[in-house]
Amino acid sequence: MIAEFGLAALWLAAALAALQLIAGALAVSGRGGELAGVVRPAAVAQGLLALAAFAALIWAFGETDLSVKLVAMNSHSAKPLIYKLAGAWGNHEGSMLLWVTVMGLAGGFVALVERRLPEPTMLATLAGQAFVSLGFYAFLLLASNPFARLDPPAAEGQGLNPLLQDIGLAFHPPTLYVGYVGLSIAFSFAIGALVTRQVNPVFARAMRPWVLGAWVFLTAGITAGSYWAYYELGWGGWWFWDPVENASLMPWLAATALLHSASVLASRDALRAWTVMLGVVAFSMSMVGTFLVRSGILTSVHAFAVDPTRGTFILALLTIYIGGALTLFAIRAGTVAEGKRFAVVSREAALVFNNVMLTAILGIVLFGTLYPLFAEAMGARVSVGPPYFNPMAALFAVPMLIVLMVGPMLRWRRDRFARVRGPAAIAALVAVLGAIGLALWAKGIGALPFIGLALAPALALASLLPLRGRDPRRTPLPVWGMVAAHFGVAVALFGMASESAFSVERLVAARVGETAAVGPWQVTLRGVEPVAGPNWTALRGTMIARYAGGPEHTLQPQARSFWTPPQSTSESALLTRWNGQLYTVFGEETDDGRWQLRLWWKPFAPLIWLGGLIIALGGALALAGRVASDWRRRIAQARIADRQASRQELRAR
Amino acid sequence: MAVNTIKPKHQRLVLLVIALVALIGAALLAAWALRNQASYFYVPSDIAARPPAPDRAVRLGGMVERGSLRQEPDGVTIRFMVGDGKARVPVRFTGIVPSLFVEGSGVVAEGKLGRDGTFIADNLLAKHDERYVPREMRDMTTQQARAVVAQTK
Repeated sequence: MIAEFGLAALWLAAALAALQLIAGALAVSGRGGELAGVVRPAAVAQGLLALAAFAALIWAFGETDLSVKLVAMNSHSAKPLIYKLAGAWGNHEGSMLLWVTVMGLAGGFVALVERRLPEPTMLATLAGQAFVSLGFYAFLLLASNPFARLDPPAAEGQGLNPLLQDIGLAFHPPTLYVGYVGLSIAFSFAIGALVTRQVNPVFARAMRPWVLGAWVFLTAGITAGSYWAYYELGWGGWWFWDPVENASLMPWLAATALLHSASVLASRDALRAWTVMLGVVAFSMSMVGTFLVRSGILTSVHAFAVDPTRGTFILALLTIYIGGALTLFAIRAGTVAEGKRFAVVSREAALVFNNVMLTAILGIVLFGTLYPLFAEAMGARVSVGPPYFNPMAALFAVPMLIVLMVGPMLRWRRDRFARVRGPAAIAALVAVLGAIGLALWAKGIGALPFIGLALAPALALASLLPLRGRDPRRTPLPVWGMVAAHFGVAVALFGMASESAFSVERLVAARVGETAAVGPWQVTLRGVEPVAGPNWTALRGTMIARYAGGPEHTLQPQARSFWTPPQSTSESALLTRWNGQLYTVFGEETDDGRWQLRLWWKPFAPLIWLGGLIIALGGALALAGRVASDWRRRIAQARIADRQASRQELRAR
Repeated sequence: MAVNTIKPKHQRLVLLVIALVALIGAALLAAWALRNQASYFYVPSDIAARPPAPDRAVRLGGMVERGSLRQEPDGVTIRFMVGDGKARVPVRFTGIVPSLFVEGSGVVAEGKLGRDGTFIADNLLAKHDERYVPREMRDMTTQQARAVVAQTK
C-alpha cells in the first residue's frame, strides 16, 4: 500500500511539474493570464509530493517490505535499521528518487522565498526548473521505477553491498545530492535570466545565496565521501580519480568558479555572459557525471546495476537539457550587454584569473575522465589515473593559489600592485623560507608535495590578511566566510601535500606478540579473536600502538565477512593525533600461521578533511551574512512601503 | 591598459581570447599528457606479442591459473600466473589480496612489466560481486575465451 502511495505521489509530482512548466511558459510569453498565479504553489506542492514519495520508499525499506522489488534486491531483514533506512538511496532507483526529491524541494524552496527577481524572470526560472525535473521524473517513472512490486514477494532480501554498510552512507549521499542537484537552481536561474533578458547584478545577487548553499553541501559531501572512501576501502588513499569522484569534483569546480564570477557580477556588473554560462555548465556537469556513472560506460564502484536503456535515456536527457541550454545561450549571448570595464590589476582581474584556471582544471578532469571512452572508440582500452591528473591539475591550481594570495586584497575596478606589495612580499618570503626549509630537512620528497608544503603556510597567512586593519565586530560575515574558505584551502593543501610527502607504509606478516615499526610508531599484535555482528562475522586483530615510546593505545581492525551478499570487507582502525593518523588494516592468515598487517603513518592527513570542512564553513558564514542582509533589506523596504502607504492615506483624508 | 582607454566591447574580446587561449592550451596539454600517462590494458597474449616498455604503467587482465599461486616467505608477497588460453605471464604482488581473488577466477592487475618478464602488480582488482565487474574483465569474457566466461560469470 505504501509503495502504491509513493508511486501515486510521484506521478502527481510529475503532473504538477508539467503544469508548472506550461503555466510558467505561458505566463512568460504573456498569454498566461491567471495561470501565472499557479506556478509558485505548483512548485511547492511538487516538492512536497516528491518528498512524500521519498518518505514512502524509506518506509518500505524500514520495514523491509520484500514485495517491493527494490527492497528485495537491496535490503535484508537482518540488517541494522540505520542501514535499512540509508539503504533506500544505496541503489540506482533510490538514488534517482533522492535526486528528484532534492530537485523538487529546491524548486519549491525558491518559489516560496525568492522575491528579489522581477516576476517574469522568476516564472521563467521556475518553468526551467520544472522542465528539467520533468525529464528526471520521466526517467524515474519509465525506466527506473523504485516502487515496482515483486510477485510473489521474495522470501528474503539479497542484502546491501557491505562496503555501503557504514554510517557514511547515511550522510555522504544526501549531503552530496543536495549540493549536486541544488546546482539545478543555478541552471534554472540562468535559463530564466536568458529567456527574459535579465542578465544583470540583480540576477547575480538573487542567484548567489542559492549557489552558495548548494556549494556548501557539495563541499561537505565531497569531503565526507573522501573520508569515507579513505577508511572504508582500507587502501589508505583518500582520492582515487575514480570517474565518480571526478563526477562530483567537476560540478564543484564549476560552482566554485560561478560563486566568484557571480560576486563580480553582483558587485561590479561585469562578466555577465560568463556568469550565465557557468550557471549552465555547473549543473550540466552534475548531469554528465550522472550519465557517466549510471550508464555503466565507465567502471566505478558507484556504478550500480548496469542497464543500457538507462544510459540511452540519460544521454537523451543530457542532449535535451545541455544542448538546449547552450543553444539558448548562443542565441541570447549577443543580447547580453557588455559589463563594466576593469584594469589588469584589480579584484575583477584576479577573479577572472581564478575563473579561467578553475575552468581549465575542469577541462583537464573532464578530458581525462572521458578519454577511456574516446580511446575505446579507437580500439584501445586504457585507464587514466593519478600520473595524469595530479600534475595536470597542479599546473593550473598552483598559479591560481599564488594569485589567491593577493587577489582578495586588491580593490575593485583598478588598483596598483604597489599597494599590496608589502603583504605579497611577506607571503612570498614565507613560501621561500618554507621551500628552503624543505630542501634542507625533507630531502627526496616529490615535486608536487614540495610545492604544496611550501605554498600552504604562505597561503594560510595571506588568506588572513584581508582582515588586517578591520574591526572584527564590524567585519561583514561574507568577508569572514571568504577568509575562512581560503584558509581552509591552505589547511587542506597542507594535509594533502604532507600525506603524499611523508606517509610511511609497512606491510608485514606478524605472529601474535610480534612488533612492527612504522614511522615513529611501534605496533604490537596482541591477539586475534573471532567476533560476530548482525549480518557478518569477523576476525579482529588487537594491536597495541605506542608513539615514540609514549602511552599504549589499542586498535582493533577487522577482516569482516558478510553473508548476504557473500563478500568481505576490511574495517580499518584509525588513531588520530594532532600531528597525523595511524591507519591499520588486518589482512589474512599466511600459510605458516602469521597474520598480514598493513600499517600507515600519515602525518597531518586529517587536515585534508578538516580543511574541506573549514571551506564549507566559510561558505556557510558567507551565506548567513547574505541571507541576514537580505532579510534586513526586506524588512526595511516593507517599513518604507508601510510608511508611504500611511502617508498617502493621511493625504487622502 | 588603463580603464578608460579601452572600450567595453574590446575588453570583452580580450577576455574571451584569454579564456580561449587558456582552455585550448589546457586541452592540448591534456591530450599530450594522456598519450603518455594513460595506462593501457593488456591480456597475456598482447604482452607476448608486443610487450609494453618496462617502466610504463599498464593493466594486465586474465585468469589466475589453478595451482600457480605461491606465497613468499615474507608472508605478504604472492606470485601467480595469469593466462588467457594463449599465453601466460608471471605476476608478483605485495599486499593484502582482495577477498574474491582466488585461483581460477579473473583478475585485473595494475602495475608494470619488470625487465625479467615478471609483471609487478601494485594493485589487484578482483570481481567485487556479481554486480560490479571491472569493465575490462567483462569485455574479455566475450572477446577472449569461452572457457573464461564459464568461470567468471
